[in-house]
Amino acid sequence: MSLNRRTFFKAMGATAVALSFGKQTAANNATVSETELNGILYDVTRCKGCHGCEYDCADAHGFTDIDIPKNPPFRRTDEKHRTVVNHYETSQGKLPRKTQCMHCNQPACDAACLTQAMHKTPEGPVIWREDKCMGCRYCMISCPFDVPKFEYESTNPRIVKCDMCIDLINQGEIPACAYNCPEEALIYGKRSELIREARKRIHDEPEKYVDHIYGEHEAGGTSWLYLSPVPFDEIGFNTKIQNSSYPALTKGFISSIAPVDILLPAVLLGIYEATKTSANKEEEQ
Amino acid sequence: MSTTISKVEPKQKENMLHFIISELKPKGKIFSPFNIVSFPIMIVGLVIIFLRFKNGIGSVTNLSQDVPWGLWIGFDVVTGVAFAGGAYVLVFMVNILNLKKYKPILRITVLNGFLAYLFYSAALLLDLGRPLNVINVVIGNNYGVSSVLFLVGWHFLLYMLALLIEFSPAVAEWLNARKLHRFLTAISMGAVIFGITLSVLHQSGIGALFLMAKDKIHPLWYNSYLPLLFVVSSIFAGISMVIFEGSISHRVFSNQLAPEDHHKHNSILTGLSKICALGMFVYLSLLILVFVHEQNAVYINSPMGYWFLVEVIGFVLFPMLLFFFAYRTHNTLLSRIAAIITLLGIMLNRMNISIICYRWDAAERYIPSWQEFVVTLTIIFIEIWVLRWIVRRMPVLHRSPDWVGGGH
Repeated sequence: MSLNRRTFFKAMGATAVALSFGKQTAANNATVSETELNGILYDVTRCKGCHGCEYDCADAHGFTDIDIPKNPPFRRTDEKHRTVVNHYETSQGKLPRKTQCMHCNQPACDAACLTQAMHKTPEGPVIWREDKCMGCRYCMISCPFDVPKFEYESTNPRIVKCDMCIDLINQGEIPACAYNCPEEALIYGKRSELIREARKRIHDEPEKYVDHIYGEHEAGGTSWLYLSPVPFDEIGFNTKIQNSSYPALTKGFISSIAPVDILLPAVLLGIYEATKTSANKEEEQ
Repeated sequence: MSTTISKVEPKQKENMLHFIISELKPKGKIFSPFNIVSFPIMIVGLVIIFLRFKNGIGSVTNLSQDVPWGLWIGFDVVTGVAFAGGAYVLVFMVNILNLKKYKPILRITVLNGFLAYLFYSAALLLDLGRPLNVINVVIGNNYGVSSVLFLVGWHFLLYMLALLIEFSPAVAEWLNARKLHRFLTAISMGAVIFGITLSVLHQSGIGALFLMAKDKIHPLWYNSYLPLLFVVSSIFAGISMVIFEGSISHRVFSNQLAPEDHHKHNSILTGLSKICALGMFVYLSLLILVFVHEQNAVYINSPMGYWFLVEVIGFVLFPMLLFFFAYRTHNTLLSRIAAIITLLGIMLNRMNISIICYRWDAAERYIPSWQEFVVTLTIIFIEIWVLRWIVRRMPVLHRSPDWVGGGH
């Protein structure tokens, strides 16, 4: 068994290639600037809980037979329902809350996806791309909001989640739920402007709102923003969500890979050479 | 292989064909107890795999929107990779540290590792919703380089190649291909060095997979040191598997062994017990460090806390002491018992992180369906069948042919 210099350098070259890939991604992430992102502001105080957005969403995504019962029990989004409105008993009576993908600024699903099927578009929506996905469901493990859903009963399953009607946005229109909301509880716009609008509403009517915009900082900031008259845990929000982004949790590990890939072979080679010589010496004696 | 065959005379070529055909025939008893048990299970398993591709993953598994990874990932992949860690540890000891004592068990361990990886990737493909798109990751259509899973996948794939190269001299010896053997032996040192590096990274990478599931795994099991804990525990998990598997294969394949290798085995077991005890001591220290650092004491007085203590005391501390005494008293039976408890403990730990304590607070718990168990068993049985086929033919346990210099 021997390792000549050429194989060693070849291997080093391969590692360097791996390294340069790593650098490329860092650059890609930086180009998605937060100020250009679009988003939707959802004001719980304006929402009447009519479930209209659920029907509009189903229409826009080709689901025809959705059936929402009167006085519906607590429901969750699934592979047939990209958005769901639930009613919560709170300190201020019954309040509705719409659930869907939060479209994080730095999405965990996007960082988790090994084929870039989950993708944060520069426009703001986080979308899923059918031709790339291999169905590993790591996005479902990673998403702190449990948004991606999987078609377990299909032979060619898709990941289903809110895509903020990316097709409509690309045609210069606005997402179906925001377009059709009769109470203007949902407004679509630039994320930075929505935050300004939300602050203004809190400032103008401080007794009406809790002083917090859910989604401004949660999970590193999300494109969906919420205003509520009651503390957010009362209307089913996960308030344990950390304020830094979820991909940041794996950053340390990922950045340590390249150094280990380069340094460990060198160390191993060193140990190999050292033990080889001493073993030879023993044999000579 | 094709180059060597083309160089030999036509008559020899015919001989080679005869040789391969004769080797394909079974060499052991057909109606052995193992065959009688495993064969029906494999048939049922293959039918379930067929149904999975015909009707979708949901038709045979109990996976849900809350629990997207079940037994096929939690056991077959996450636990299985830790069990296969013996290959890189032994390769490091024999080829890098030059500890010649462990050389007799090197080939069987590398072969075990290679087959484990091969079949766990097969299990992984079953679990993928759109398995054909795996090609996207390989051909570079879409590199998700910021994904931990991407890095694990690539390290996994390259490591399989490294293991194949490390084992390939045995195949060349079996085929009596001397030129090929010289070439494969020459490149195997590169495979050794990169194999160890790739192992360290993908063993830790499997722990890193769960880093983003911060709010979903019970805080006693989730911490930012998961990658480190996974790589340290893979060392003694892998060696325990070597001890466990070695004690079985030494009984089953005892006719393959030279008498002096039989004798050497006890001293090898003692040495491995010592390494396990040390590895587990480091692991336990890390666990205590994390426990104190993350201020986890508040969770201990709860059902999940007791469960955590069962894992740490019953399946880490206890087998660690057993290994230590086994080493001090040269008691091989004790080594084997400790190895089995350690393996159960690793299984428990990996299943806790990926299944049991993942969504521990969910209203509906995931319990694997019987089909998931049968498919898991099927994969293990096929692997054992292939392993047996190779061990009975190639110089894995028995000595290399005389034309190979320096024994194996």
